[in-house]
Amino acid sequence: MAKSIELEVNGKRYPISYPADTSLLSVLRDELGLTGSKYGCGEGQCGACTVLIGGVPRRSCTIPVSAGVGKPIITIEGLEKEGRLHPVQQAFLDAGAFQCAYCTSGMIMSSVGLLDANAKPSDAEIVQSLQGNICRCGTHPRVLDAVRHAARMMQEHRQ
Amino acid sequence: MSERTQALLPEPERYEFRAAPIHHFDLARRDFFKILGAGIAVFTVAKDSSGMQETAPGPRSFRNEELPKEITSWLHVGEDGMVTGFTGKAEIGQNIRTSLAQTIADELHIPFESVRMVTADTALTPFDAGTFGSRTTPTMTPQFRRVASAARDLLIGVAAKEWNVAPEGLVAADAKVTEPASGRSLRYAELARGKTLAQNLPAEDPVTPAAEWNIAGKALPKVDGRAFVTGKHQYTPDLRPAGLLYGKVLRPPSFGATLNSCDDSAAKAMPGVFVVRDGDFVGVAAPSEHQAQNALNSIRAQWKEVPQISNRELFTFLKEKASANPNDRRRGQKGSVEDGLANAAHRLDATYTVAFIAHAPLEPRAAVAQWTNGKLTVWTGTQRPFANRNELAAQFHIPESSVRVIVPDTGSAYGGKHTSDAALEAARLARAAGRPVKVVWTREEEFTWAYFRPAGVIEIKSGIAVDGTLTAWEFHNYNSGSSGIETPYVVSNQRIEFHSVPQILRSGSYRGLAATANHFARETHMDALARTAQMDSLDFRLKNLADPRMRAVLEAAAKSFGWPRKKSQEGQGFGLAVGSEKGSYVATCAEVAVDRASGAVRVVRLVEAFECGAIVNPDGLRNQVVGAMIQGLGGALFEAIEFENGRIKNPHFASYRVPRFRDVPEIEAILLDRKDIPSAGAGETPIMTVAPTIGNAIFDATGVRLNSLPLVPNGLQRA
Repeated sequence: MAKSIELEVNGKRYPISYPADTSLLSVLRDELGLTGSKYGCGEGQCGACTVLIGGVPRRSCTIPVSAGVGKPIITIEGLEKEGRLHPVQQAFLDAGAFQCAYCTSGMIMSSVGLLDANAKPSDAEIVQSLQGNICRCGTHPRVLDAVRHAARMMQEHRQ
Repeated sequence: MSERTQALLPEPERYEFRAAPIHHFDLARRDFFKILGAGIAVFTVAKDSSGMQETAPGPRSFRNEELPKEITSWLHVGEDGMVTGFTGKAEIGQNIRTSLAQTIADELHIPFESVRMVTADTALTPFDAGTFGSRTTPTMTPQFRRVASAARDLLIGVAAKEWNVAPEGLVAADAKVTEPASGRSLRYAELARGKTLAQNLPAEDPVTPAAEWNIAGKALPKVDGRAFVTGKHQYTPDLRPAGLLYGKVLRPPSFGATLNSCDDSAAKAMPGVFVVRDGDFVGVAAPSEHQAQNALNSIRAQWKEVPQISNRELFTFLKEKASANPNDRRRGQKGSVEDGLANAAHRLDATYTVAFIAHAPLEPRAAVAQWTNGKLTVWTGTQRPFANRNELAAQFHIPESSVRVIVPDTGSAYGGKHTSDAALEAARLARAAGRPVKVVWTREEEFTWAYFRPAGVIEIKSGIAVDGTLTAWEFHNYNSGSSGIETPYVVSNQRIEFHSVPQILRSGSYRGLAATANHFARETHMDALARTAQMDSLDFRLKNLADPRMRAVLEAAAKSFGWPRKKSQEGQGFGLAVGSEKGSYVATCAEVAVDRASGAVRVVRLVEAFECGAIVNPDGLRNQVVGAMIQGLGGALFEAIEFENGRIKNPHFASYRVPRFRDVPEIEAILLDRKDIPSAGAGETPIMTVAPTIGNAIFDATGVRLNSLPLVPNGLQRA
């Protein structure tokens, strides 16, 4: 049966009852009720399930829950602080960078991971870091605008 | 001309569209006000519902009250002043929740924030055949304007009665009715208080012309945007009712396979697992997805497979099957193609092909089903909630009134979510388990068991005079469909035929339907004819085009692109294409860069001009147009379903390539706002001209004419 493990998600610790080989995405969505991370392909190809594990954007659909133990996990639900959107969320909202928005959580998490590691990414670096995120509606130019805008906002915030 | 148009007109959705069965409108007036609270309600009657079957045929009753049969939308003004618009259309990313609310706010003269939309819920909204064909804006916008305008009159009437004055002297604006003479006013909320007033809209009321729009026509942001950037919006796969089980369905190994035998004893022995066998349907439901997958994996099934065709014989097969079935054709003819060809200075014949492609919506087909006392509620991401309700009622032998289908705002569809597969599967499992069941298709199931945009073969014979005037045009489309099949060019001798073929792979609607295939063939051919005539592509088209709206988009795109452009480097090429469908007009220009050594083709720049009458929301429209251009890149360049003997060989995003960030060129969308023309839909037409534009640019760069979609799935091959 399932080994008793614990996850740290969005700053809170949760005992996990699911088997250790269950995908992290299933545990987040089905056990913890954090449905902001989406199932798009289950193969790590579309990025809709992207979360930060130890600050690094990872595809939670192909990662067993056991691999998330001992590292802080941040999901889309963990970005908003006291009713204030994260600058990347705000930038996506300002740019209207979504259509059906099913990819939006993953896009935002990949972008947060990028900007945390690289405060002033070039356009090529943004494209590179979002290459694994599919937007089937074709909102790519606005997503790029949003990430550039978020980078500016975050820099101003630091100054 | 009219005879030809008539012959080609039907078939808005070749594969999915079926006439709607009789529906009964089962929400009684008292229920209506019970749900929404007291207030004022207005119902619209569609003026013309015959063509697209957007309303239910036959009489309906409002329990004891007779209602006009074509009710297609309604509106409620609440005691708190909030206005609710009801439509059977679904929000699938095309932004109708915002654009329709804008329309209502505009006509009622209330703040945009006081309007909310209830969409696609068979228990709450009027019947609707489905969200497709770019029909929401052209049908729902005028209807909501009419209900809103009638509601305004009704509110004025209530105020007039209250004050005991003539309604003619009163004005409705800024969410209140005012008497200018006295300066007194009553807010809509106050007027609605304690009322249960309902009115049917018998005739067409005059509505505000686009030139006087105030809230409509503005670039308002998407409603509920915050819920999307915080991950709070719940799509169907996100729903988790109490006691939920996770469902999985056993799929055959290939198309057409039937179940011979099945050993499900191991699955049945698993604790908490329900196994359902019903004909060829085998499915499981379990307390977790993991357990459901384990249970499914344990089932041993024997299938009887039947031989199926493969990619390599596809186009020969389509032509053979079509010619063996000569009665199932759609014809359009005028003049004599034979004479036109005989009199031509130059003739050009060519054959074009189009591959099967997948919609690949990021939210897969999904449904949550729950039975309560013999009544079924299903949440599902579908474009056709009422058709889903019919099928569920029919399959489970229960009245339609016992089925409610609710469509949460959905993670896109592109024409791919017309059927009710996931809904039926979840409902079947839920009935057996006696608990709610969720079925979410895997990506592989999506790529395999959904349906595709049909492949096709198109043959064109044509002739031109010495000066470049078209003299003959013969166009045959095999299988892909007849949308956009008519040529917009002036040609006095033409024969246009669609030849249907029995389905090979499961095929259905797709954004733009066959208009993309037909425009690809036509606009590629027109480009080749321009070369034959030794004319510039733009000049050649303008010479043969009369439609002023078509000319306007073409000239706008060309101007912004800088057509004609001189090549400044090796491998550079420019192309253009133009088209019209579903009441809107599009022209695209492209610049490509081809590396002949490696065969790599890069689209450098796309400029598209689009015109759909009066623009309701320029921001939402721009998002749709740019989105269609980018989605169109996939079908143009590399998307194709590969199949062999009934098996899909590339059912994953790793092997079925869709456009990603690196594929996106510099993009410019020019929106022509025609306030003098009623708004048409915009979801589909902007995708049509992307492929031929790029193909024409590749020819310009290399002299290689590509007549098949996708154009360069493996780069440009050496001749």
